[in-house]
Amino acid sequence: MSGSSKTPISPRSLPEEEFFIGHKACAGCGGSLAVRLALKVTGPRSLVAVPAGCMSAVGFLYPQMSFSCNAIISTFAGTASMLSGMAAGARALGWRDVKVVGFAGDGGTADIGLQALSGAIDRRERILYICYDNEGYMNTGVQKSGLTPPGARTTTTPVGSTMRGSSGPKKNMFEIVAANGIAYAATASVGYPQDYLDKVARAASVDGTAYIQVLSPCPTGWGVPSHETTRIAREAVDCGLWVLGEYADGKHILNRDPGTFAPAAEHLRTQGRFKHLTDEDVARVERDRDEQWKKIRDHWLR
Amino acid sequence: MIPMPRPIFQKYVAPIRAEDYPIGTVAESGVLLSGSADWRRERPVFNADLCTGCLKCYLACPDGAVVREGKKVVLDERFCKGCGICAVECRLKAIRMAAERE
Repeated sequence: MSGSSKTPISPRSLPEEEFFIGHKACAGCGGSLAVRLALKVTGPRSLVAVPAGCMSAVGFLYPQMSFSCNAIISTFAGTASMLSGMAAGARALGWRDVKVVGFAGDGGTADIGLQALSGAIDRRERILYICYDNEGYMNTGVQKSGLTPPGARTTTTPVGSTMRGSSGPKKNMFEIVAANGIAYAATASVGYPQDYLDKVARAASVDGTAYIQVLSPCPTGWGVPSHETTRIAREAVDCGLWVLGEYADGKHILNRDPGTFAPAAEHLRTQGRFKHLTDEDVARVERDRDEQWKKIRDHWLR
Repeated sequence: MIPMPRPIFQKYVAPIRAEDYPIGTVAESGVLLSGSADWRRERPVFNADLCTGCLKCYLACPDGAVVREGKKVVLDERFCKGCGICAVECRLKAIRMAAERE
């Protein structure tokens, strides 16, 4: 069961219109790709909220408005509460064909907007919350967020004699929203676009709150060439460092088991943010990965 | 919302009188004045003979610059930033990156 939805999505069936175009994101931006693809699925009647972050900075440059559907910038902490209000407004107006979608970065989701998201899940708001996870506060110049992986160099977790990149673990947002009793949650990667499109379609039709966390590499912040975005997002999955899963009806589902993992050392060290990692550091990453996968393989459905 | 098969650029008219300014922070959606073509140092060149129309490049373009046309794809070069993702994604090597200026 890989992100199945009622109507199959194919690259040919997507609408011709672009709903996020002319934005000023860096070349090769994974976040803008995640937004573009999701809106292709949710369509022209999407009502979009975007908090402070890259996508609002690059999408709303008055008078250049890159969203061609309704879109609004929310407060940093209030993506999910604004989405809740928009859903209520649409209900009051009798708009039944709209999709209420939010696009927040990892900082706006796991750190700053977590309380509002938890509240929306608690109220069973019929909203779709998409976290484009580029693993740091990239818009403000690459600071560490709660979703920055261990070892990653950021401007607030530098690499030197006393500090060797981010020290804490990456917050497990997928399990957090699942523990909140969300109707539907999924993880995706821009390196596996078909899987992502299917999950957006499924999430948009769920009766309740839906959350998708999509790995969206940031060439600028990760220190990779702009053409590497999708390849590195795919490689993260193949190395087992990013899990493609779903949570629905109270059950965890594993969408893709790579079996044997592609070597993590090469994947990590091609990224500027990880190039300082020693063999011991890489071994630790692999050990954590194997522990996580043991739990997943033991408990998740296939 | 204007139906936009492909977006068109509008000309910016600078406000002269007070009533020309927008009321509040609300503006019309889908209004574009410029693309990103001038960011580009390399451009993708599509080889239609090798292209099978798998659309991997279409699904991978962050800028919506790859456009489906018939069974193949064409480039809307107004929006292409030259990131090169399409050339990486193409398994058939039907896309190569060429210098923007010779």
